[in-house]
Amino acid sequence: MKVRRWLADRWVMGVALLVLGYLTLPIMVVAGLSFNRPSSRLSYDFNEFTLDNWKQPCATSDMCDAVVRSMQIGLIATVASTILGTLMAFALVRHSFRGRSGLNGLIFLPMATPELVMGTSLLALFVAAGVPQGFWTIVIAHVMFCMSFVVVTVKARLSGMDRRLEEAAMDLYASEWQTFRRITLPLVLPGIVAAALLAFSLSFDDFIITNFNAGTTVTFPMYVWGASQRGIPPQVNVIGTAMFVIALLLVGATSLRGRRARRAALAVVATPAGKP
Amino acid sequence: MSALAHVPTSAGKPAPPPVRRGRNRLLPYLLLLPGAAWLLVFFALPLVQLASASLYDPAGSLSTGYAMTWAFSNYPDALQAYWPQFSRSFLYSAIALVLALLMGYPLAYAIAQKAGRWKNLLLVAVVAPMFTSFLVRTLAWKTILSDNGALVGLLRDVHLLGPDGRLLATPIAVVLGLTYNFLPFLVLPLYASLERLDPRLLEAASDLYASPLRAFAKVTLPLSMPGLIAGTLLFFIPATGDYINAELLGTPNEYMIGNVIDSAFLVRLDYPQGAALSFLLMAAILAIVFVYLRRAGTEEVL
Repeated sequence: MKVRRWLADRWVMGVALLVLGYLTLPIMVVAGLSFNRPSSRLSYDFNEFTLDNWKQPCATSDMCDAVVRSMQIGLIATVASTILGTLMAFALVRHSFRGRSGLNGLIFLPMATPELVMGTSLLALFVAAGVPQGFWTIVIAHVMFCMSFVVVTVKARLSGMDRRLEEAAMDLYASEWQTFRRITLPLVLPGIVAAALLAFSLSFDDFIITNFNAGTTVTFPMYVWGASQRGIPPQVNVIGTAMFVIALLLVGATSLRGRRARRAALAVVATPAGKP
Repeated sequence: MSALAHVPTSAGKPAPPPVRRGRNRLLPYLLLLPGAAWLLVFFALPLVQLASASLYDPAGSLSTGYAMTWAFSNYPDALQAYWPQFSRSFLYSAIALVLALLMGYPLAYAIAQKAGRWKNLLLVAVVAPMFTSFLVRTLAWKTILSDNGALVGLLRDVHLLGPDGRLLATPIAVVLGLTYNFLPFLVLPLYASLERLDPRLLEAASDLYASPLRAFAKVTLPLSMPGLIAGTLLFFIPATGDYINAELLGTPNEYMIGNVIDSAFLVRLDYPQGAALSFLLMAAILAIVFVYLRRAGTEEVL
């Protein structure tokens, strides 16, 4: 029995590691290809090792323009969707109001609707309203689909929060604003930061919705899409690898900061209570 | 924590909620207004616009304008013209879903129950693919499945593929790409459910002479149901609407409905047809989701 269970344990872990291999293989290939000098523009095979792609990531200037544009769109969409979504999360968790279930539906639906449908329907709206498509229509679309994810993320953090910490602050004569500024905000901040990072990565990586609402504006995913027909410059893999490394570092940093922020907030509550 | 021991004097008994003054009754609506308005104008209203565009006169064009003729015939016409792509979308995403379940369940189970202190690291490894661009990752599969690549060479050597057999530009490549791209969406909710599974329940089952297989069917599987349902939906909905994998890893013979809708709106500029197909896709997905949720008997997932 014991031997069989030992085997069963290892069997599951073995399959899991194989699947993880399947999930990580493409990233390793992307990293590898970033050091590749392809034999021709349309070749996807390894040819020979070079550092040129990393030394001159912007050799194809169109690509770097697209990356910069994606970052601008990502930043604007992140700020707007994080603010709007956080406000909604506060209202949903902290207040009672009429029409809650309808609103929950409105927030949930964008996450359950295929991107294709959201992209085409926005296109239909912009065309019908005579709005020329470009940078700002992309921003509008991104704020729309990022917002629901922000609401869900911040809501989770808010509802898991210990209300007694705020009550304690109020009992100790903190004003509503002071309580919000020194207790609520620091405690919710990791949730807001996580939501903002999620929004940025969703926006930066979006292709389908962007494709329908971009007009002639080219974002990084749209550049890759277009280039896949003409031949991909190897620098695309440099960007892909750099994105991966930066995201990995950010995740590490935020999980550390989250822990520290929580400790800091607890200290704020604890300090006045500790002094008689 | 010791300093916090002072707090419960006021919080121990259920304190009445703070008295809300007049302005506070308006506050939730003020907080909600900008976000809700944004979603109404840029999510709900476009759907209405898409519905009406799907009923435009198909004889119109973007330059001459479309007349609203309530042309319900757009729907059967579009379906008739693109039935292969439409049904293929659901076929491919269903096969990919089965593959993803076979891979994702053991993975989620192993991370939740067997990983010990490696749990967080393995979780990061599951999400890691999403750290880099979807399109760049999908293009990497072109290299992996390439005719000159090691994988195809190996499969040819062991005669799983004929001497001219290919992986790229076949349905296999598209289904593998779909499975790969949406697998994390299946694994994460499944993990969340399995993480809460008390291993003592499995011990109890085996003490009561249940075989591991029976313990799985009677204990693990039912308890992981909420995660399983959420995960399959999070996988199935985007996979059915995806057309990046079909475009980059397949040929027009593998095109899914997304490819057709993309060309209807952006190349052929046939808005009524594109809108009708978009709506059909959404209706079909909603119908499947609804039936599935009824069958699974859980509504709390949403």
